[in-house]
Amino acid sequence: MAEGSVLSTGSSAPPSRRRRNWVPYALLLPGLLWLVVFFVLPMVTLGSQSLQEGNVDDGYTFTGNVGIYADALRQYWPQYLRSFLYAGTATVLALLLGYPLAYFIAQKAGRYKNLVLVLVIAPFFTSFLIRTLAWRTILSDDWFVTTWAQKLHITDLLQAVGLTSNDSLLNSKFAVIMGLTYNFLPFMILPLYTSLERLDPRLIEAAGDLYASPWQTFRKVTWPLSLPGVVAGTLLTFIPAAGDFINARLLGNTQTTMIGSVIDSQFLRVLDYPLAAALSFILLILIVGIVSVYVRRAGTEELL
Amino acid sequence: MSEQEGKGDLGLVALTKSFASFTAVHPLDLTVPQGSFFALLGPSGCGKTTTLRMIAGLEEPTGGRIRIGDSDITHTKAYQRNVNTVFQSYALFPHMSVLDNVMFGLRRRGDKDAKAKANEVLELVQLGQVSDKKPTQLSGGMQQRVALARALVNRPDVLLLDEPLGALDLKLRRQMQIELKRIQQEVGLTFIHVTHDQEEAMTMADSIAVMNAGRLEQLGDPATLYEQPQSTFVANFLGQSNLLRATVNPGGTDHIVTVRTHDTDLEVSREHLPDGVNDVWLGVRPEKLRLGEAGGPNHLRGTVRDVSFSGVATQYSVQMPWGQELIVVQQNDGTARAALGENVTVSWAAQHGFALDASQDAEAGAELVDDHG
Amino acid sequence: MAWIKRHLIAFAAIAVLIYMLVPNVIVAAFSFNDPKGKYNYNFNEFSTAAWTNPCGAQGICESLGLSLQIGVIASLTATVLGTMIAFALGRYRFRGRSATNLLIFMPMATPEVVMGSSLLTLFLMLGVPSGRTAILIAHIMFCVSFVVVAVKARVATLDPKLEEAAADLGANPAQTFLRVTLPLAAPGIAAGALLAFSLSFDDYIITNFNASPSSITFPMFVWGASARGVPVQVYVIGTVMFLLALLFVVTGQVIGKRRNRQVA
Repeated sequence: MAEGSVLSTGSSAPPSRRRRNWVPYALLLPGLLWLVVFFVLPMVTLGSQSLQEGNVDDGYTFTGNVGIYADALRQYWPQYLRSFLYAGTATVLALLLGYPLAYFIAQKAGRYKNLVLVLVIAPFFTSFLIRTLAWRTILSDDWFVTTWAQKLHITDLLQAVGLTSNDSLLNSKFAVIMGLTYNFLPFMILPLYTSLERLDPRLIEAAGDLYASPWQTFRKVTWPLSLPGVVAGTLLTFIPAAGDFINARLLGNTQTTMIGSVIDSQFLRVLDYPLAAALSFILLILIVGIVSVYVRRAGTEELL
Repeated sequence: MSEQEGKGDLGLVALTKSFASFTAVHPLDLTVPQGSFFALLGPSGCGKTTTLRMIAGLEEPTGGRIRIGDSDITHTKAYQRNVNTVFQSYALFPHMSVLDNVMFGLRRRGDKDAKAKANEVLELVQLGQVSDKKPTQLSGGMQQRVALARALVNRPDVLLLDEPLGALDLKLRRQMQIELKRIQQEVGLTFIHVTHDQEEAMTMADSIAVMNAGRLEQLGDPATLYEQPQSTFVANFLGQSNLLRATVNPGGTDHIVTVRTHDTDLEVSREHLPDGVNDVWLGVRPEKLRLGEAGGPNHLRGTVRDVSFSGVATQYSVQMPWGQELIVVQQNDGTARAALGENVTVSWAAQHGFALDASQDAEAGAELVDDHG
Repeated sequence: MAWIKRHLIAFAAIAVLIYMLVPNVIVAAFSFNDPKGKYNYNFNEFSTAAWTNPCGAQGICESLGLSLQIGVIASLTATVLGTMIAFALGRYRFRGRSATNLLIFMPMATPEVVMGSSLLTLFLMLGVPSGRTAILIAHIMFCVSFVVVAVKARVATLDPKLEEAAADLGANPAQTFLRVTLPLAAPGIAAGALLAFSLSFDDYIITNFNASPSSITFPMFVWGASARGVPVQVYVIGTVMFLLALLFVVTGQVIGKRRNRQVA
């Protein structure tokens, strides 16, 4: 952004640092080296591991067995599809829930702004496993949530649309998606809040002044200006949700297994490293594909 | 311009700043006498701020030298120069109190009397009672004075002011202009003041360097620049000018030359005519023109097309037979006023005109005058 | 009715906030439970037993200690590395800027299960044993990006004129950094460090790929216990962490506010 402005002689021209060109590289070196060795290089070894054959006891040799990818997909496509569907649904729900809250904090909360912001972030500090376990209590059969849902026929409705398979709320698709939404909601709210906070309230007044109804104001002014936050928030929700398996294991049943769970158990229990690596690599490629299409569609490549 | 350099004079020798695609400052030669109040005046983008930043050491020149007295500081780092700046947006450290801000420079040099000196300077700028506050708790005018105190307390060889009054409202700005001038006279330091506001420059500075497009247009004291501009740019940028296209008639006396414009001969002082030029712009300031024939020997007839009354004066727009409109400003001193559509004579004295080389653009600088000044 | 309509956004916001906080309330309530049987899912009887004996469950305090230790080391290291990167990105123009941005963004755009498993393959190939060191390496890796984002946001709001002013007033580059740049960037750095700590402390998925039986972190302890029945002490620790976080942030705010008011 600021790169070009040095060429204007205006008084705001940033200082030229051409003479000390090594400084930024020295600052970057240790951190980037860490990321290259422990993030980029593992992707290479992951790819390599997937193309090896052998077993844990006798060791592995590289055979370039590309067929493993076809096997992996044939065997586990339902888990991939399910993961993306659950994560996508949770992302949409988190957006619907997070937007009003982020808007409220940014524009309406006034002196309670910091307090509400703290309340959004604070649950982070209780281990998310513990909080997910708490949902087991909330959704358990003998609690009022389930009994009321039954009385109000919400359970029937959920069953009709296939989100639950019986009268209870727990151990169902519904519980898994709700858990994913809950767990990643702060990741949606914080970027939304950041971009909504920058929104000048006078723009909303101006839109009203120019005969826009509240809905039109939202559609034509607020929403477009908050798009960077929407893009960042949906990505930060969708990506971890797609790879998550904790909600599926703690709140779901055998029919709600997500791909993360498969990768985890193939690696750590079955010890079939090549298949596990292939599954992991496919997940990475699918995510990168989905994210780059999405980012290009949304038209913002500058996410940081 | 003095040829001799004093002990603490600031000297710029062929100072240049080029960027990849353009040159911000063309080789610039300038001497700022020690203890003077000097203004660098020009429209935004003229290179004045870049020049200031090079003097401060915040920008590396691509050519030329900077000297203070006998020492060459061209390649000295900003923090090693005895030059301090009052920044445009003040750049006060928000995490430090007013007193800590003012003591910052003294502390860096290990001055043991930092606190006493800082308090003394805060008294000078009339901020003694707010020294414990944070800069953000002060008004714009007070922040401006903190920024001044923070630079002043170091008693720099040269104090640079980068549009220091730009963020203040008109009334406060007038007040601060007087205040700055008083402080400068009191402390006797060299002040270099960068501004795009010609009135501000003329009010405060002993001498002004007018810059345009990276070059020095003209250097002089405010009255000379105003009365005898040497280019259409200066004529238009410092106040308004009426410029008439004319040709110099041969002959004339030692003091007076006549020029011909649209079949009329007009007199102009010989000293206001550049040498060896035949085609000229003859310039007259609006307040030098008189309605009627009392102004002097030069007479032009025209029709009043616009009258605007502003209290102390009335401004007329008088259309000449060839279409050009002359601006006439008449003091509201009881003389008869002309009405719209009236045919009038406009007159002025020979010494009130100035002639400029006609190869220049008559509009140069006119569109750049900023009217919030 | 009109009143409700006018405050519709506030009501929606409060409802969402309740949704976000209900589990914490449950956790706090169940820390006072004396469960019937091994599962702490239904409230049986009020008891302060777990609060008076927080280390009562076997292995819980060892795992908590390990998580705190890893959290502190990982967040401090990631904060140093991330702050340096953030300053390079926020303060300098250099070649390879967009590649750097991409490299920072990638770990945030990669599912944890992929990062954990790929690190496992690297460690297998290099013969690095699972355990504390492997976990530390992993945690530093995924925390760096978040620190960069937090600090960069702050650095971007800093006026470069302030550093110029410091230099103009005779501060050399080291003094400028220590007395002007660092204090001004401190809130962003603190936010980044706090975020890094919470991410590290809370991580289960990546940790699980790189842990050994002798390096059980607190989330791993909870996960392991969830199958057998979670001890009430877990709920105590969850509540204490929540309250500490609240206390920490609120005192930070109060101090910040008082510092501004004092001088007014």
